[in-house]
Amino acid sequence: MKNILAVLTVVAAIIAFWYAACVPMNIKGVLDQAERAGATVTPATAKERRDMGSFGLVATNTFAIADTWAQDRPRLPAPHQVAVELWKTTVEKKITSKRSLIYHGQVTLSATLLGFAIGTGLGILLAVGIVHSKVMDMSVMPWAIVSQTIPIIALAPMIIVVLYSIGVQGILPKAIISAYLSFFPVVVGMVKGLRSPDHMQLDLLKTYNASTSQGFWKLRLPSSLPYLFASLKIGIAASLVGAIVGELPTGAVAGLGARLLAGSYYGQTVQIWSALFAAAILAALLVALLGLIERLVLKRMGMSA
Amino acid sequence: MIEVLFAVIAWLVGWWINSRLANSPAAKTRPVKLAVPLIFGVTILIVWELLVRGLEVSMVILPAPTVIAERFATSIPILWQDFAQTFIKGALSGYLMGCIAALAMAVAVDRSDFLRRGLLPVGNFVAALPIVGTAPILVMWFGFDWQSKAAVVVVMVFFPMLVNTVAGLSETSAMQRDLMRTYAASYWQSFFKLRLPAALPFIFNGLKISTTLALVGAIVAEFFGSPTVGMGFRISTSVGQLALDMVWAEILVAALAGSAFYGVIALIEKSLTFWHPSQRG
Repeated sequence: MKNILAVLTVVAAIIAFWYAACVPMNIKGVLDQAERAGATVTPATAKERRDMGSFGLVATNTFAIADTWAQDRPRLPAPHQVAVELWKTTVEKKITSKRSLIYHGQVTLSATLLGFAIGTGLGILLAVGIVHSKVMDMSVMPWAIVSQTIPIIALAPMIIVVLYSIGVQGILPKAIISAYLSFFPVVVGMVKGLRSPDHMQLDLLKTYNASTSQGFWKLRLPSSLPYLFASLKIGIAASLVGAIVGELPTGAVAGLGARLLAGSYYGQTVQIWSALFAAAILAALLVALLGLIERLVLKRMGMSA
Repeated sequence: MIEVLFAVIAWLVGWWINSRLANSPAAKTRPVKLAVPLIFGVTILIVWELLVRGLEVSMVILPAPTVIAERFATSIPILWQDFAQTFIKGALSGYLMGCIAALAMAVAVDRSDFLRRGLLPVGNFVAALPIVGTAPILVMWFGFDWQSKAAVVVVMVFFPMLVNTVAGLSETSAMQRDLMRTYAASYWQSFFKLRLPAALPFIFNGLKISTTLALVGAIVAEFFGSPTVGMGFRISTSVGQLALDMVWAEILVAALAGSAFYGVIALIEKSLTFWHPSQRG
């Protein structure tokens, strides 16, 4: 209960800061508009205002503060503007509409999930191989670790163009980038997990005369699950980032990344912010969903803390 | 087509050497531990080269390693310019600003238990969000040059760093803190002598995660607009010209920069947290 109160306080502080930041960020645009509308603005021309600091302008034109939260194309939209835009583009628009964020979100989500499934599947397979083969462990594992320090996302534009040139387009190129990003966290986490049973437990199975596969299914796999879920949560967030970035370089027309790009071309800041928040909400939902599955699975297995 | 056969042979030979090495009694020694991944890497390169030549894969799909190496060698000035623009100006300055800001924030928050408990879940939540998405906004605010890239990097590294530092600062046990109190240590004395050293493994964890994020942020931000120099700019324009050898050369630079950056931080960590169990091996 105390924690919830603390979290709410922090969130309230962030929103208050955001509203406060809107004032100096937007004041110049508001004043230019007010001048054109015929209001008296303290430094009378746009040229004089350009030389003044934002805070000075706010101090001399206090009447304009309210307008900084209601501009059409603000530099920094106020929280309620973003919320209204989110509401309009999710609930009030039809899902099939090109302007519905649910439509765009679903395009990105399908690529994310497909990529996540591919990446996780391959990652688990490789981890199983690494744990059971010393050669693979020694040759592949260092590269898997090193590859985590590399900005893999730099490959995204190339993957899309190369796949396009051999005739693959649509959801698959984005999914491959997503898969690529979620692959390595899963490998590293899963290897750690499959190795987590200690010597006592492995020895016990040996005294039972258990085969390697029995050891795998009955000991290694179950005890790796907490590690697997931890890396799945990282992996799904990375997958979403991959799908969004995968939409950038091709000038895709649908998806949250395309919304971001279109917004930045046309200066539609409210649209950018609402796409950003849609992506954030999507990421939060996916991670929360995995957390829920984790809790249920671990509880059933009697491993929940 | 004979190259394809050679590729298969090269793969088998490489694998055979590695399996001999891995199963030999010397497998636990340092040189073998280094040699095995190196042989694996070299085998991959040879197979890649032979397959590309043998199957006559088009340049616009996958250039051979030798072509990439040649491109890398002949365009070092361009690559250096891009590296300086993206890594030194964008990523490194943003990394420093973001990490220092997060450290300062964590120390400020640390005095209040209430704030800390509020900030940790929020920070953890934000750290999982696709923050690269702020790139178009920040490019709009700070212009096309490196300042906007640094800003993206600041936002990206801030939260992982903050969460790790806050978690690290609460790492000391009540016993240890009580001991400091019996010594009549002031807040800052016990901070610098006990809590900051105890938090170092966490802080370095945050610093290491942030190295990759910094590069990713700086490169992706350039996709939204940049001057005509920079790794992200070069990648997106070279892809447009189907000059894939240049793209791969740039990716090589990114990979080298990323691992070197990580390596430097890991080295500093090793010298500062030598006392920690994870470093004593």
